Amino acid sequence: MAGLTLDGLRKSFGANEILKGVDLTLADGEMLVIVGASGCGKSTLLRLVAGLETPTDGRILIDGRDVTQLDPSARDIAMVFQNYALYPHMSVYENMAYGLKIRGLRKAEIRAKVDAASSLLGLEALLDRKPRQLSGGQRQRVAMGRAIVRDPKLFLFDEPLSNLDAKLRVQMRGEIRRLQRRLKVTSLYVTHDQVEAMTLGDRLLVMHQGVPVQLATPTEIFERPADTYVAGFIGSPAMNLLTGLMRRNGTAITVEDTEFDLGPQRYALPDGHPVFLGIRPEHVALAADGMAWPVEVVELLGSEMLVHATRPGGATLTLRTPNPPSGGPGMGEAIRVAFPADRIHVFDRASGRRIEPA
Amino acid sequence: MRRSALHLIPHAVLILAILLFALPIWIAIAGSTQDSAAIARGEVSLVPNLNGLSVYRDVLLDGSAGAGPVWRALLVSAGMALAIAFGKIALSLPSAYAVTFFRFPFRMTAFWLIFLTLMLPVEVRLIPTFQVMSSLDLINSFTGLTIPLIASATATLLFRQTFLAIPDELVEAARMDGAGPLRFLRDIVIPVSGANIAALFVILFVYGWNQYLWPLLVATDPKLDTVVIGIVKMIGVDTATEWNKVMATAVLALIPPVAVVLLMQRWFVKGLTEGDK
Repeated sequence: MAGLTLDGLRKSFGANEILKGVDLTLADGEMLVIVGASGCGKSTLLRLVAGLETPTDGRILIDGRDVTQLDPSARDIAMVFQNYALYPHMSVYENMAYGLKIRGLRKAEIRAKVDAASSLLGLEALLDRKPRQLSGGQRQRVAMGRAIVRDPKLFLFDEPLSNLDAKLRVQMRGEIRRLQRRLKVTSLYVTHDQVEAMTLGDRLLVMHQGVPVQLATPTEIFERPADTYVAGFIGSPAMNLLTGLMRRNGTAITVEDTEFDLGPQRYALPDGHPVFLGIRPEHVALAADGMAWPVEVVELLGSEMLVHATRPGGATLTLRTPNPPSGGPGMGEAIRVAFPADRIHVFDRASGRRIEPA
Repeated sequence: MRRSALHLIPHAVLILAILLFALPIWIAIAGSTQDSAAIARGEVSLVPNLNGLSVYRDVLLDGSAGAGPVWRALLVSAGMALAIAFGKIALSLPSAYAVTFFRFPFRMTAFWLIFLTLMLPVEVRLIPTFQVMSSLDLINSFTGLTIPLIASATATLLFRQTFLAIPDELVEAARMDGAGPLRFLRDIVIPVSGANIAALFVILFVYGWNQYLWPLLVATDPKLDTVVIGIVKMIGVDTATEWNKVMATAVLALIPPVAVVLLMQRWFVKGLTEGDK
């Protein structure tokens, strides 16, 4: 019932089409994270939903009601901004109360709502402070408090954690998640940080150049990326994509002159079809009789290490493996690797789309 | 040793500068208490003569040859300076608000037209402005004295700069909160630019207080003489000038702007240096 529906949403700035048609439905209480590199249209999408921009085409429905032409304040939504956007001259209390005051709520009612939100966020002791007297994390909480007091149908988050330091970001991430679960408010969360996206979202929408590329659960996106863009964007370090050719009636791929078996499943592709063989760095296995890759750089990360290797032809491979007690391979030394069949992703080389076994 | 000597140089320069600025004022204060004839001979003592302080009562209440009582001129000056300062702020605040936050046809044209008036201060368009005031029958009136000085672009430009510094997100947050344009102006824009408004008030007050050419032209009625005009009128061409009274009036004319600056100093400095975040 209560949720958000986007219907063929498009936005152009002049001749520049930023959003090229987005259809989307959010269930009641769901948290959807929109993730993508900068310029992919994710912020524009959020601003359209907020009503800060007008769509060129398409409709926005909140809780079944068409709000496309409504003012932001009439949409029953609340937004948390990247720079918090707290009113600098107002106290924490006034910041949270301002929207309610405009709506014409009675003083006692406002007091009750602000008190409830501030105790939820642990802001009781700070209500009389001005924003400049608060730390980054506290400001972030006030910004969320301002959203919560309005009791909206929809929360919008515009990269709310990107101004915080790494440690605080992890902590606030957890808080946002707990809060959203508890309040069960449908939420749209925009970020460029894939860790945030993976940990926060019930579902993820990966955007690329104004087009939604994949909409799925974080696990699904990680395990079955829809195309090479998603495969490279989600996961760190990025998935290895090796150019190869389909062989043996769709049951094997050759990379340079080495053949990799794809296991019991069969792909409906003719022999010689150009593909990408995708394999995540953590899934690359060391094998005594495997393909030889000369090591270029070894990065020690403490408990594990990253090995970057390059073939004479220029193909590169990243391997992530626990630190061996004997230390890592030396520069120029070759490592021999194998790709477990059930960890291999196959993408069409021309379109970049994922190919599933028949 | 060497270091402390080097430290003395800036201090010496500063002290010298302070003396340079303060000396004329001190001469005016000291001179106002002395005998007019002695000043005319160029024999000004730097030590005030306390018995001569009565000159202040004389000029304030009775005036001197050629000019009316100074209390009256001070009132006219204060009225004019306040009217100009408040008038300019009242006019430029909405105009800057409009060109900064709203999209309307010919917005930039409007802005550049306002900007252009910077190149045409009252002094440049003295005769046409006088013509307009004359047609409107505003010669020798307080309205005629102040209105032409109120219409100018400086304050609009300064406010525009202040408003441009207000982050977009703040504007958007207010829109989400449901604040309409007037509410946004009242609740967010004006409080956030408070320090700048105060700084501008100081500048405009001093500007208004120091006006000379326009008041000289438009207000021939002695009742509308500002204190600046009063001083000039006291310096007679054919009669003997009472220099002690001239200096006393100058000192009196100095007090209100100095008081405004001192009172608003904290805001003034804040407004000029930090863009209140």
